[in-house]
Amino acid sequence: MAGDDELKLLGMWTSAFVLRVRFVLNLKSLPYEFVEEDLGDKSALLLASNPVHKTVPVLLHAGRPVNESQVILQYLDEVWPNLPPVLPSDPYERAVARFWAAYVDDKVRLAWLGILFRSKTEEERAEAVAQADAALETLEGALRECSGGKPFFGGDSIGFVDVVLGGYLGWFTAIRKLIGRRLIDPARTPALAAWEDRFRATEAAKGVLPDDADKMLEFRQTAIALGASKTITL
Amino acid sequence: MAAEKKADLVLLDFWVSPFGQRCRIAMAEKGLDFEYREEDLANKSDLLLRSNPVHKKIPVLLHAGRPVCESLVILSYLDEAFPDTPQLLPPLSAAGAGAADAAYARARARFWADYIDKKLYDCGSRLWKLKGEPQAQARAEMVEILRTLEAELGDRDFFGGGGGRLGFVDVALVPFTSWFYSYERYGGFSVEEACPKLAAWARRCGEIDSVAKHLHSPEKVYDFIGVLKKKYGIE
Repeated sequence: MAGDDELKLLGMWTSAFVLRVRFVLNLKSLPYEFVEEDLGDKSALLLASNPVHKTVPVLLHAGRPVNESQVILQYLDEVWPNLPPVLPSDPYERAVARFWAAYVDDKVRLAWLGILFRSKTEEERAEAVAQADAALETLEGALRECSGGKPFFGGDSIGFVDVVLGGYLGWFTAIRKLIGRRLIDPARTPALAAWEDRFRATEAAKGVLPDDADKMLEFRQTAIALGASKTITL
Repeated sequence: MAAEKKADLVLLDFWVSPFGQRCRIAMAEKGLDFEYREEDLANKSDLLLRSNPVHKKIPVLLHAGRPVCESLVILSYLDEAFPDTPQLLPPLSAAGAGAADAAYARARARFWADYIDKKLYDCGSRLWKLKGEPQAQARAEMVEILRTLEAELGDRDFFGGGGGRLGFVDVALVPFTSWFYSYERYGGFSVEEACPKLAAWARRCGEIDSVAKHLHSPEKVYDFIGVLKKKYGIE
């Protein structure tokens, strides 16, 4: 039965894309070995497992690599269908979840990159924050639509969109320090702000979601120095 | 029986869009009838704006009036909503294959479709928009992308997948074969020379009905790019 073969996750403690995989592994209570990759010195295993992108996360299952975080999440659902699923079972609801996950990794990702890694001036940073605000306002609507009044995008428990967006919350803690307010602003997006609080408190997030803003900002400096912002998931 | 096959499917699309063509080809492979509606992108319909308010883009598939957006999301949806049609992704319940093997094959297909989405269209656009060094850079990248895809294809006839000949990756990639001619003209390289196996794959796909029916000629695509360039004031 699937589950006897070892799981190894190559990642970085800060990466939104790695974190979402860890949330799901936690949700499904799947034991795994976590290997912290060094941005400046990628392991031979990483380069061999993901030669095309050379990025984390990489999930190795009995030695076979699965790459791209959203692909990994679907793989986990398919190999372990009897453990809590991340995607809903209805085809239309799955399409809606995939749509919003794609939206997060498009708009939120771009804004996050802008705020932390690509802004050279205060103005550019403010513009990136405005982009984030706009995306989060759209997601406020998406949350109301997907949750139907329940606590998460996935309903009563966390689902695909929750973990995809949730992975960014580690960096949002750092951003809060940088810009002096929560990026998910309770005044602008009350439902999403409440969602953030609930997500941070979930069992799946505990222990893996970083909450040390200083440590993350330090990491960020290293990444910038390495010129990594264009080439690796952070 | 024909009546039962008739699902309520409407595709909002734009004639030359490779992303729209993915959906047309997928539905043709599955034997699904659909109503095609051409959008004027300079004057988008209310239906399009209501159905995809977030991006306001085509393609949008309306199934019994409910919109599905993003072409790869549409492909997955077609597999899942119509499980009795030829599947694009290798099915999970494939006889003889363990769950992990089937899931692995699916993950691989999704990975490569994502790769195509991340790389191909943008690089192609840079080829016809730019000049000089940036264009040369784009050409080098395009050759790299095509060679990478060729390496994944290997010696197989198709990237393959479900029950039919064309799988998820084939359908994701094949509309771009009409753009190869334009990439060659603007980039100054030959797909046949750079990646003969991929060129052969493109010809092989072109002989399949669902593909032949829904792709436009390379010359038409080239002319379309010419029109776009004039519109954007690009020399």
